[in-house]
Amino acid sequence: MVWFSASASLPRNMQSDGMNASTSQFDPVAVREQFPILNQQLRQGHPVFLDSAASAQKPTAVIDKEREVEEQYFANAYRGRYSFGARVDEELERSRAVLADFVGAESPSCVAFTAGTTLGLNQVAFGWGRRRIAEGDEIVITPMEHHANFVPWQQLAKETGATLKMWPMTTDGRLEMSESPVTSRTKIVAVCAMSNVLGTVNPVAKIAAAAHEAGAIVVVDGAQSVPHSPTDVGKDDIDFLVFSGHKLYGPTGVGVICGRPDRLEELEPIVFGGHMIRRVTDQESEWADCPARLEAGTLPIVQAIALGTAIDWITDTGLDQIHAHEQSLLLAATQQLQDIPGMTIYGPDVAHKGAIVAFRMGDLHPEDLAAMLDRRGVFTRHGHHCTMPLHERLGVTATTRASFAAYNTIDDVEALVDAIRFARQKLRLA
Amino acid sequence: MSQAPTMTIEELLEEFEELLDWEEQCDFLIDLGFELPEFPTDYKSEANIVHGCQSLVWLVAEPVDEHGVTTIKIQADSDAMIVKGLIAVLLATYSGKTPQQILETDIEGQFERMGLNQHLSSTRRNGLHGMVQRIRKFAAQYAV
Repeated sequence: MVWFSASASLPRNMQSDGMNASTSQFDPVAVREQFPILNQQLRQGHPVFLDSAASAQKPTAVIDKEREVEEQYFANAYRGRYSFGARVDEELERSRAVLADFVGAESPSCVAFTAGTTLGLNQVAFGWGRRRIAEGDEIVITPMEHHANFVPWQQLAKETGATLKMWPMTTDGRLEMSESPVTSRTKIVAVCAMSNVLGTVNPVAKIAAAAHEAGAIVVVDGAQSVPHSPTDVGKDDIDFLVFSGHKLYGPTGVGVICGRPDRLEELEPIVFGGHMIRRVTDQESEWADCPARLEAGTLPIVQAIALGTAIDWITDTGLDQIHAHEQSLLLAATQQLQDIPGMTIYGPDVAHKGAIVAFRMGDLHPEDLAAMLDRRGVFTRHGHHCTMPLHERLGVTATTRASFAAYNTIDDVEALVDAIRFARQKLRLA
Repeated sequence: MSQAPTMTIEELLEEFEELLDWEEQCDFLIDLGFELPEFPTDYKSEANIVHGCQSLVWLVAEPVDEHGVTTIKIQADSDAMIVKGLIAVLLATYSGKTPQQILETDIEGQFERMGLNQHLSSTRRNGLHGMVQRIRKFAAQYAV
């Protein structure tokens, strides 16, 4: 099976004058200047960072905020009756409100901090699923899920005797919407809003509607989608959305579970202790209300506060403009890469994907390719990208992945293409 | 057809150390990889795969008895070029040596000398150590 899209046609929404008008104010070089790590000079020039899908870099505003907390008012959260503690609480609640607004949550109390997407999805799988899934029920996922949105459901199905079903994919790596596997026995549909390998943007609103019609809930892994295009859990009717801070120009170690208020009420804690507790006796314990109930232990305080600053930065820069810019880079990269002999690009055409391009060049090992690109100061990712079931379907064990963010420029695309030419020559393919 | 490595490990290390930087050293490893003796296709079996490598690595060790002395002949291959270069280094180090010599080799010191720990990814370092472990384990069976 070939998972190759030769077409790099311009998406319809990028052909209008409106898009040109909006990008005319967006200056990626000025954006990059706000990222100290990208302004350093390596032997080859400034780093060409094309691995933001793994972890994005941080702007000065975020780094400064982390420093501000550490230097001026750090204390544990929701505990101290002294000024530092009060300031920390205030900053955390501000961040929570900013996050709620950013993804269209009903209120800040619908946003729970967690360690990241992986822990968040495990909390949803086992906190919601363990009590509500029984033998004979179905859990629907897709073959393009990251292991974090694959393995928890697989393990939950094993534990409960439920059936794990895959949503079929088209040959170019989109979900086959006319072949929905959702039935009246389906209890959960868990899907990524954007694939971390194929870049495919999935129609989550349609999937949510299909799930709800069957009486199932929809759990969305937003790790890749939230940084690239606007998210609206209310409009799309998403039951649970989970995402990470470190892909949003924010710190590592912090992520978010955002849920519909009624779903959050149904979500049982799977981690116990700290401010998730209301009352403990020798025999029983009672939990605090949401979101505290889901926030066991000491929060990643500095990180959670600085995540709010990262969201402010995105909003100030303009998410729509970031999206349009990234799509233009994706289009340029796709057009130039597919002119290289032996190149296979995985995933659908640019109109159906976000700012990720995964590829292989002939028989060249992706790790060799990544190592050669590194020699040119071009940082890409290689391997299975935590999607072994997807790679099995692609018929390869590994791919090389370049991903784009707000701070990448058209020069970065040129650098990638030049570096691949260099690798071809060194590895005797040219 | 498979043939003996043309360079001794000392010659290889000397040449490697004369190179200016990792750029040149990486090119040298790639060249070594291209010169690696051909690996028999029949040997590319599941049993010969060295696990712990992100790239595919096959490794076969066999004892060779000549004039009452046992040496270990090693053949290996990979689907990745830089790994093939590292295999060439391991073959120059170990292949044709006695089990005792293999077990006494300070391979960590050699990797250190080559700066490999600094320039290889952690997965490649793990893979390299996986190959070394496989060779040492085999040698230990024949050590007097």
